[in-house]
Amino acid sequence: MTTTLESKVPSGPLADKWENHKFSVRLVNPNNKRKFKIIIVGSGLAGASAAATLGELGYNVEVFTFHDTPRRAHSIAAQGGINAAKNYHNDGDSVYRLFYDTIKGGDYRSREANVHRLAEVSLNIIDQATAQGVPFAREYGGLLDNRSFGGAQVSRTFYARGATGQQLLLGAYSALMRQVETGKVKLHTRIEMLDVVKKDGRAVGIVTRDLVTGEVKSHSAHAVVLATGGYSNAYFLSTNAMACNVSAIWRAHRQGAAFANPCYTQIHPTCIPASDEFQSKLTLMSESLRNDGRIWVPKSADDKRGPNEIPPEDRDYYLERMYPAFGNLVPRDVASRASKRMVDSGKGVGPLENGVYLDFQSAIEREGKDVIEDRYSNLFEMYNRITDENPYKVPMRIYPAPHYTMGGLWVDYNLMTTVPGLYAIGEANFSDHGANRLGASALMQGLADGYFVLPYTIGDYLADYLGDSVVPTDDPVFNEVEDAVSGRVDGYLSANGTRSVDWFHKELGKIMLDQCGMSRSESGLQKALSDIPALYEEFQSDMRVLGTNESMNQSLEKAGRVDDFFELAQAMCVDALARDESCGGHFREEFQTDEGEALRDDENFAHVASWFWTGDAGNPELVKEELEFENVALTTRSYK
Amino acid sequence: MNIVLQVWRQDSPESRGGFKTYQVKDISEEMSFLEMLDILNERLINQGEEPIAFDHDCREGICGTCGVMINGQAHGPQQGTATCQLHMRKFQDGETVVVEPWRATGFPLIRDLVVDRSAFDRIVEGGGYISVDTGSAPDANLIPIPKLVADTAFDAAACIGCGACVAACPNGAANLFTAAKISHLNLLPQGQSERWSRTENMVEIMEEFFGSCTNHGECEKACPKQISIDFIALMNADYVKAKFKNRRLVSQNG
Ligand SMILES: Cc1cc2nc3c(=O)[nH]c(=O)nc-3n(C[C@H](O)[C@H](O)[C@H](O)COP(=O)(O)OP(=O)(O)OC[C@H]3O[C@@H](n4cnc5c(N)ncnc54)[C@H](O)[C@@H]3O)c2cc1C
Ligand code: SF4
Ligand code: FES
Repeated sequence: MTTTLESKVPSGPLADKWENHKFSVRLVNPNNKRKFKIIIVGSGLAGASAAATLGELGYNVEVFTFHDTPRRAHSIAAQGGINAAKNYHNDGDSVYRLFYDTIKGGDYRSREANVHRLAEVSLNIIDQATAQGVPFAREYGGLLDNRSFGGAQVSRTFYARGATGQQLLLGAYSALMRQVETGKVKLHTRIEMLDVVKKDGRAVGIVTRDLVTGEVKSHSAHAVVLATGGYSNAYFLSTNAMACNVSAIWRAHRQGAAFANPCYTQIHPTCIPASDEFQSKLTLMSESLRNDGRIWVPKSADDKRGPNEIPPEDRDYYLERMYPAFGNLVPRDVASRASKRMVDSGKGVGPLENGVYLDFQSAIEREGKDVIEDRYSNLFEMYNRITDENPYKVPMRIYPAPHYTMGGLWVDYNLMTTVPGLYAIGEANFSDHGANRLGASALMQGLADGYFVLPYTIGDYLADYLGDSVVPTDDPVFNEVEDAVSGRVDGYLSANGTRSVDWFHKELGKIMLDQCGMSRSESGLQKALSDIPALYEEFQSDMRVLGTNESMNQSLEKAGRVDDFFELAQAMCVDALARDESCGGHFREEFQTDEGEALRDDENFAHVASWFWTGDAGNPELVKEELEFENVALTTRSYK
Repeated sequence: MNIVLQVWRQDSPESRGGFKTYQVKDISEEMSFLEMLDILNERLINQGEEPIAFDHDCREGICGTCGVMINGQAHGPQQGTATCQLHMRKFQDGETVVVEPWRATGFPLIRDLVVDRSAFDRIVEGGGYISVDTGSAPDANLIPIPKLVADTAFDAAACIGCGACVAACPNGAANLFTAAKISHLNLLPQGQSERWSRTENMVEIMEEFFGSCTNHGECEKACPKQISIDFIALMNADYVKAKFKNRRLVSQNG
């Protein structure tokens, strides 16, 4: 078992590391690239951009997605925007400032070198996307427009109305489809990867199940890339699409890939509050709304008047009051916890008193309704469709919801996991956001990894295997994994219990939200760590999955995903319990300042907590990667 | 509220399908249509009946995965709304609601309400891109684009690829989808070099899979993104020009 983690961060000054590294890694020459086969699982921003680029370079690529077309990946739902240090608005932005904001926003729990590289390539992403035809918002002069996002005092967020993720994904998807047409990329849709296959310690392929026919099959390659997204659905209710799950990276974890910081999850401050117990997911209202919306609750918990009847002097614009410098644009973790405090103190608004107001009245008066409409009309419409309320007239109601997972597979500077030949990109890895991600930075990271980082770094690994053919899929290593996968599937179908898989998922979600959500405590986490295994046992013996393997069976698909969520949930709690500090999205009640702000412990916890699978989900083995800060000074984040 | 659902059930492409009636009692008006199906499925599982297969994912009207015929209307009664964004308050207590899959030769049925829309990917493969290898792009602000042009391109690019236009069309034509894809790129300065080859290829692939457009306009009404049929006119005009220009280019080369 690996006991040390080698981050492979290049030496030299921060700003030169990536350039130097690109020069020093081994390359595969153009004629040899076609001798390599690379499997990419996932076709979101990270997967599609990587597949397109590797195909352009001449590699043979196979892409797998459980969606019916690559364009459905969850990236499609990103609304607000993508950051880049273009400084088109001459407001003092720079690569260094984006780097600094991201490190600080992440509460000093990410690697300096990775974050700096991200800020550097952010410039190329905007160029690439624009050239592909991504219709970013423009000013009347025809140049690109920007807006601000939380945690930044400059305008560096590029956007395409409220559908930035959709447009960026369509760009990456179009580049991908161009390679499909040339034959460099082979596409497998409605196929779910269910395990990684290793030989002599290296990743040599995957085993999949066809979601239409049930066929379990092996695929081999020289390298495997996981671009399978995040795991917020461990909470059941989240802003993620229904099918988002942890299985791909969890299966990789069980095969030896370290899982880093599983407890770092982001609870997004601006989502539509749940309306009843049947709610299947929560809908995000983009953070960009905080540019123009003001957040408030009534000053008095007893004030039951409608929002428009409450005069300004009886309103508490609490973010503006508590954080005058950043106001409504404080980072997400800070905004979410503040809302929770308001609702917990009885000031929640709406029929279930489970929200706070996000009010556009001042902005509409200042800018005019047209301008606000131009910026946010699709978000306002979405809100109206869900709540039947008109946000131009009545303030929106919002509340935090699980949204993004900063944790993920541990990767080195080359984006390789602890299993040689196995890479993780996009939300699936842990790399750039520390303990809290800034808005508009996930799209940036997914595309940075896929377009500009992995295509360089993967050559360094492949160079050693020039001339080697892939391991044939009738090799015993594949047979073994195929048998295990089929065994799991049969197990679900033969459990013959009394409760649906969804029922268990909901119960698990409740435990996670209560004990490992926006705030965590030692006793709560310990309780979760005894409740989850008990529920898990019940799940295994009492689940009911009807139908067969041989035809499309959505409950069967879900059973495997929930199975893995049960194990992941334990890792999240173990990690949260081990981290005796509060940082970013991880807030331990025992560690807070008098004002209720997160209290970090840099002396003992400035590390990446990487967990190795031991066979017992409740007892993984911890290996720490110490974080070294050579450029920024660790300070207490202040947004006041 | 209570409703009566008549749902198309079919185990596989080969097997025979038919409608089944379900009484769905005690549901809330606040629920979305798909949450109502979730509840029905939960009840079916409890009774030992296999749940209804339906496609969905984001439930925010953006991924384009969902989509069923509701009382004969693609995505149901609310204009500009995908199935997942439709709420039960749009139905009457006691109403009978008929739910069917998209029906079109271009979309073979997989199971129950799920169909195969991969023909859309084939159309995009034929030219729904701008050829620009990663790393070869100039600075983004070197190509100023008038706001109006960018906005119109966006209007076309908003298509979520759900297939409602095809399902709503009496001929099962995919002209609105294809026109949206083509117009997005053909309107932009970056898209000009491949304009004619793109149009010709994509239209011809479309015709292999789908029926022909006879200007019924049902597609526009069904489209959750309210994509305008004006884009079809743009596509048709470009197609005619493309036929001419492409041939001329070929003869120049030859
Ligand atoms: C509602 C919402 C709004 C957001 N808005 C923003 C924003 O404005 N700005 C921003 O920067 N970020 C935003 N984010 C975050 C951002 O969208 C995501 O972090 C990012 O898109 C993830 O991209 P990805 O490529 O890593 O994964 P995804 O897009 O999730 O793609 C995962 C892919 O993996 C496939 N897959 C997964 N598992 C398997 C398997 N086992 N077998 C086969 N295929 C598999 C899926 O089919 C899919 O293709 C938002 C997130 C949400 C939920
Ligand atoms: S044009 Fe409209 S109806 Fe047709 S696929 Fe696109 S979004 Fe759906
Ligand atoms: S589920 Fe995504 S558009 Fe309806």
